[in-house]
Amino acid sequence: MKIQEADAKSLMLAQGLPVPPWEVARTPDEVRAAANRFFAGGASRVVIKAQVLVGGRGKAGGVKLANTADEAREVGSRILGMDIKGITVRKVLVGAAADIVKEYYLGAIIDRAGRRIVLMASAEGGVEIEEVARQNPGAIHRVSADPELGLLAFQARGLGLAIGLRDPLLNAFVAIARGLFATMKTNDADLVEVNPLAVVSETDTDGRPRQHLVCLDAKITLDDSGLARHPGLEALRDLDEEDPTDAQARKLGINFIHLDGTIGCMVNGAGLAMTTMDLVKHFGGEPANFLDVGGGARHETVRGAMELILADPKVEAILVNIFGGITRGDEVAAGLIEARVQQSREVPMVVRIVGTNAAEAARLLEEAKFETAKSLDEAAEKAVALAKGAAR
Amino acid sequence: MSILVGRDTRLVVQGITGREGEFHTRASIAYGTNVVAGTRPGKGGQMAIDGTVPIFDTVAEAVKQAGANTSVIYIPASGAPDAVLEAVDAGVKTIVCITEGVPALDMISVVEVVRRAEARLIGPNCPGVTSPGRAKVGIIPASIHLPGRVGVVSRSGTLTYEAVQAMTDAGLGQSTCVGIGGDPIIGTTFLDVLRLFRDDPETDAIVLIGEIGGSAEEEAAAFAAEHLKGMPMAAFIAGRTAPPGRRMGHAGAIISGGSGTAAEKIAALEAAGVHVADSPTQLPRLLLEAGYRA
Repeated sequence: MKIQEADAKSLMLAQGLPVPPWEVARTPDEVRAAANRFFAGGASRVVIKAQVLVGGRGKAGGVKLANTADEAREVGSRILGMDIKGITVRKVLVGAAADIVKEYYLGAIIDRAGRRIVLMASAEGGVEIEEVARQNPGAIHRVSADPELGLLAFQARGLGLAIGLRDPLLNAFVAIARGLFATMKTNDADLVEVNPLAVVSETDTDGRPRQHLVCLDAKITLDDSGLARHPGLEALRDLDEEDPTDAQARKLGINFIHLDGTIGCMVNGAGLAMTTMDLVKHFGGEPANFLDVGGGARHETVRGAMELILADPKVEAILVNIFGGITRGDEVAAGLIEARVQQSREVPMVVRIVGTNAAEAARLLEEAKFETAKSLDEAAEKAVALAKGAAR
Repeated sequence: MSILVGRDTRLVVQGITGREGEFHTRASIAYGTNVVAGTRPGKGGQMAIDGTVPIFDTVAEAVKQAGANTSVIYIPASGAPDAVLEAVDAGVKTIVCITEGVPALDMISVVEVVRRAEARLIGPNCPGVTSPGRAKVGIIPASIHLPGRVGVVSRSGTLTYEAVQAMTDAGLGQSTCVGIGGDPIIGTTFLDVLRLFRDDPETDAIVLIGEIGGSAEEEAAAFAAEHLKGMPMAAFIAGRTAPPGRRMGHAGAIISGGSGTAAEKIAALEAAGVHVADSPTQLPRLLLEAGYRA
């Protein structure tokens, strides 16, 4: 589960990371009020950042500076409501603009092959890390945390030295890297990123400029499997950015991703669901969705999944592909029959059910006069033909 | 001989009294697997599966009293990591964890403990292991198998069934089918299984079923190029048309220097001499084209 920058910053702050103060605003007037507070606190400029769960918001014009509260309001009114990669901006983050001296990248991720948490750092911060990985992979330094002892101080220090940090910033970096690791562990995150981790110049109480390391941005992805033991984190799910079908799919316990094609797919198992989509495409069709009904789906789940597919007006044909293991074929067939009685519109469908209780399923489907297929290839080919027939 | 499970398997089922545990234990027994014990804390001394399998409170007792040497876990996600650790502690060397939804960070320390104990964990979130005609540990349907000499290894569940069914339909039997699981952190990787197949005198060809995300297929390809010369090998990669960014964290892909797409994986496998299918149904034909004779 992806969470917004502001929420990610809260989780980092809770682990003692240096995150400058921010406010979240939902209207231009709230932006102005927040900006006023930062100017009153001594800021010379404020930054207004769109809060969306997609990358590239800076390039899309979703991050802007303002010199006055009125200008902040005006900038806020332009960013709020803006469309960034199909997402409408509903809230912005407002904070004092930092005087940036240098930008770094710091991230904690799961290394699947090494089966460790890995911390990555780069002196090339503030740009997309994927870009750095492509152009200059040597600029990304890594260290693997110990599976039991965690990220050790000397490891963090080595990482800081590798990206060119020296005292007193090096010590600050060690604390930040370990705090990032703690943020990952505490929240069952599978990604925690600070980009940029910035050296900023601030005027101290004695009037002298001093350099600090601060987390100017924050990105966290939570492990869906860990959410059950962190009840508080579920509240960070941004329902504004969810397709309404996402919530429905979650309630049904199925995995659903909406796509742009015309052939609705219902499959058990993620790998087989992807394969079914691949074959639809192979035979010249376009899948309307990815849908994994999960293992052991009952007839109610199948009925609900069918409603989700049919809710998409672009769907012109449906392909059901079930290879029963834990899932029982007759249970799926019963759900399909129930769904057809209740469904709002008539869409041609081809059903293939093999594996556990396939014979019972075949009998039910034949009685109910469903179009069936024996092999996966045949099912995909038939669904594509049905969609083309419907389009004509 | 087969790999991981076989005639010498003495299975303890952790969670034998649960819905899935009981159902699949029956199927394993019906297939001929030697199920020697089940565990369910608090029900030690009772019998499961119509009075045929003794229940113990702990895995240690199942090992000591029933001689269990392999465990399968059907315990909900909240208790699954502990179940693996209990099996390791009891000295079980082959542990198959079917449970899905285990937090990835839990598995990092669990896998480390397994490694230090020189035990082997398959999964979590996997369909299990079947050596056709000998033993079935997990939830792979018995009906799809045919005994033979092709090793099958897969990250997926039902897609494995599809591939195995296609092979059985074509008369190509299997030595062992291993579902390693689709989670980010798993106990046994493609590489581990490929090594076992390489060293198994009863495996003459290999089918590998991968999917997008991570870099396990690329690592398998590199291994195949170096260590599996002369072994006919076919593969299928799911997710050619999957929308990017929905399953894989992009930074997770960076660590491996790739982006985890199907195109990259297919290219890596083909460069290693592995025949890659457009559909699982083509796998038998590709194995024959690669020189395999059943």
